Amino acid sequence: MAGAASIAGREPNLLMRLVSRPTALGGLLVLVVIALAALFAPWLSSHAPGQLSIANRLTPPGALYLMGTDDLGRDIFARVLYSGRTSLTVGFLVVAVASVIGIVLGLVAGFFRKADAPVSRLIDAMMAFPDILLAIALVAALGPSAANVVLALGIVYAPRLARVVRASTLVIRELPYVEAARALAVPTPVILVRHVLRNVTSPLLVQATFIFAQAILAEAGLSFLGVGISPDIPTWGTMISVGRQYMSSAGWIMLFPGLAIVFTVLALQLLGDGLRDLLDPRLAKDI
Amino acid sequence: MASTWMPPLPVHGERVRVRGENDGNGYTARHTKPPTKRTDRNTMLRAAFNRLVGMLTVMILVVTIVFVIVRVTPGDPAAVMLGPEATAQDVEDLRQRLGLDGSLIEQFGVYVAGIARGDLGQSIFLGQSVGTALWQRAEPTFFLTIFSLLIAVVIALPVGIASAYWRGSLFDQTMTTLAMLAASVPSFWLGLLLIQSFAVGLGWFPTSGYGGPGTTLFERLHHLVLPAVTLGVVSSALIMRFTRASMLDVLNDDYVRTARSKGMTEWRVVLKHALKNALIPILTVIGLTAALLISGAIVTETVFGLPGVGNLIVSAVLRRDYPVIQGALLIVAGLYVLVNFLIDMLYLLVDPRVRY
Repeated sequence: MAGAASIAGREPNLLMRLVSRPTALGGLLVLVVIALAALFAPWLSSHAPGQLSIANRLTPPGALYLMGTDDLGRDIFARVLYSGRTSLTVGFLVVAVASVIGIVLGLVAGFFRKADAPVSRLIDAMMAFPDILLAIALVAALGPSAANVVLALGIVYAPRLARVVRASTLVIRELPYVEAARALAVPTPVILVRHVLRNVTSPLLVQATFIFAQAILAEAGLSFLGVGISPDIPTWGTMISVGRQYMSSAGWIMLFPGLAIVFTVLALQLLGDGLRDLLDPRLAKDI
Repeated sequence: MASTWMPPLPVHGERVRVRGENDGNGYTARHTKPPTKRTDRNTMLRAAFNRLVGMLTVMILVVTIVFVIVRVTPGDPAAVMLGPEATAQDVEDLRQRLGLDGSLIEQFGVYVAGIARGDLGQSIFLGQSVGTALWQRAEPTFFLTIFSLLIAVVIALPVGIASAYWRGSLFDQTMTTLAMLAASVPSFWLGLLLIQSFAVGLGWFPTSGYGGPGTTLFERLHHLVLPAVTLGVVSSALIMRFTRASMLDVLNDDYVRTARSKGMTEWRVVLKHALKNALIPILTVIGLTAALLISGAIVTETVFGLPGVGNLIVSAVLRRDYPVIQGALLIVAGLYVLVNFLIDMLYLLVDPRVRY
């Protein structure tokens, strides 16, 4: 019952409660700054991300080019900002796709006893594949494109969300208000959405934050390997891949996109940790 | 008036329902009776059988998923694999060779029969069987995985134990933050930074490769130092956090307090009493990390130009060599399921509570 109470214990002023956790609040602030920087990239950078300037190629960081230029004279600062748009969008969409699949699988497995064993085994089987391996296999099968990277990573991370939703649904299913709704002949889909799903949001939000972070890392990995988003679209992963060739002479090409990934992922992990402590105290000590 | 009846203290053994022992509040007592050797063995065998059935079910699903992945390719997989310059005859030949000309059920039957014989298919571009291709590249990946795991454990175990012991201290906070930082660093980026610093800058290690054909084992292992450090540092974060959490769970337990009250040194209390009991979840995460390291190896081997399984997978993806991708997926997922099963069996042997 304590578990159920903590699942159902949603607080309206979550943002205010985050203030009591400086690391989580710091994570949120860093994330907001990165998101705003990506959003207002055209106003923040004086150069376009694709603007070539052969005369200024491999210029070190300085007043004219804050983070230097790459092998084609493109402004690294502008490219880091614009790449942030791609990475954050991909991360967000991966969470959205994974949530839809994960919620459906988790609700079905958790609410319908007969479906539990087959769906749970399917979740186990999907989780047997390492993230990157399954993602590159799916992208190889579907074809490399931004949409397919999102779909592939969404499929890869869906089982994690499904497990969380299933575990919470198993508890909520037995609560008196669900029994009461059943007794009142409320249709099952309505019970699932109105009574179960609403109370699964807290653990779902926590897990989604971590998946957001993992998706950004995985997308960067796929782009670095050349099996992800088209190289024409700037991403942090492709920038590092290009910078690798100039590692000794122009280390800044790969340094700054790498730092952008580290800051974004770290901010998301700190935020996720804080949210877990606030929303799901049962899990707070686990990992 | 509330009943004063108290249920007997549970001990490990067969759980039985006792009729008539009701405290009046709807609570029916369950207590346990001591197990005989025979019932204990039977329960364990039954639990082991259930786990085995579960593992086989998951393996069948893994095979099905691997089969389906190639079939979701838009268009004809044979045409996609051979590229736009292939003739219609080439495509038809490959379709026949891969058994893509039958119905889906037939194709699945042929695929499963092949796996049952240990035949993972033929690589399209390497001119050899997938099994041979994977086996020939297994050595660097195997050593890389072992070294990375060793490095991860050597970093994570002492730090995790110390963090739990000094919970909330500056040391704990610093280490927890560092662990989170390690988990936030892309392994390929860290690898490149290490190459730049220790291989190019200081010249201590080779920048890439695994040595030529005639190199000694020591030289080959020398090539693995930087890749193993890269993977080890990134993987240590998860093990460290699990070790810390697992130690925190047991450090406040009664037997730890008893050990202290007996006047034992803190060193012995932590290592002999607490760590011993915290070790099972830690071993689990170490086992699963080992199985998952292959995922990190894919990227790390590419960065360091190691001719391992990870590198083979990436080149197979770039060339759309589906049989190799399928074979690698199957082997890696199979290993993961097997490691999981073995850990489950270990649990059954050492912890009687999980038999029920």
